[in-house]
Amino acid sequence: MTGMQVIFLISAVVILFSGTMMVSTRKLIQAALWLILTLFGVAVIFALLETSFLAIVQVVVYIGAIAILIVFAIMLTHLAVDDTYQNRKWIVTAVIAMIALAGILLAIFTWPQGATLTAPLPGGQQDIRAIGLALLDPEGYLIPFEISSLLLLAALVGSIYIGLERKGETK
Amino acid sequence: MIPLYWYIILSAALFSIGLYAVITRRNTIMILMGVELMLNAANINLLAFWRYLYASSGSLDGIVFPLVIFIAAAAETAVGLGLIISAYRRRQTIVANDLDTLKG
Repeated sequence: MTGMQVIFLISAVVILFSGTMMVSTRKLIQAALWLILTLFGVAVIFALLETSFLAIVQVVVYIGAIAILIVFAIMLTHLAVDDTYQNRKWIVTAVIAMIALAGILLAIFTWPQGATLTAPLPGGQQDIRAIGLALLDPEGYLIPFEISSLLLLAALVGSIYIGLERKGETK
Repeated sequence: MIPLYWYIILSAALFSIGLYAVITRRNTIMILMGVELMLNAANINLLAFWRYLYASSGSLDGIVFPLVIFIAAAAETAVGLGLIISAYRRRQTIVANDLDTLKG
């Protein structure tokens, strides 16, 4: 048991526990807080994979923006906090989720190359400068970068348009 | 060192939890949160495979793909929550079963 393995196991337990609490709690605002804890655990996993840039982006974008946006939406739809009932057939859906999990694990454990990959490759530590240069390099990832910025602009305009209150809309 | 299997098992379990949330819960905000869990599981998977198979070749695919997923998740959350708030304003409910205007 090395230190990395201990850190991985602790963060995995935190991720799975808080994820389970998130789906099972009845109060939406508590679910949002459990989601934030889960996202922190995933950031630790990213750091363990030696991609510090993505760990920081995870904290800034997911926890700083998306989770806070969800908390805002929960507070704006305050009536909904009271009736977060679950579907009555939750056992059936739990079985469906377990079947999906079993299918993924079966596919992975029958993959012959998987058992040989016990340690990460050297040279994973990327400096941020290389990532920035690759993002703006026409030979690299310039087109995905520009398309995703266009997507963000479309989402911005679209959500403002959807969220605008028009006359005579509210009952 | 940590075997690749550990990451895959973790991400598969996280994906299943998100799938369970998406199928079971009726509240649309909870469904969105389940989708976030599933996207995170996919990110762990992509990064782990890149780290264990391609990191030493100098390719940055494994970093850029999760970044694009971050952007897609942010756009999806913004539009989704805008839709939820708009639906709440019109129908006074965000329970998925009650939003049945298009039901035949």
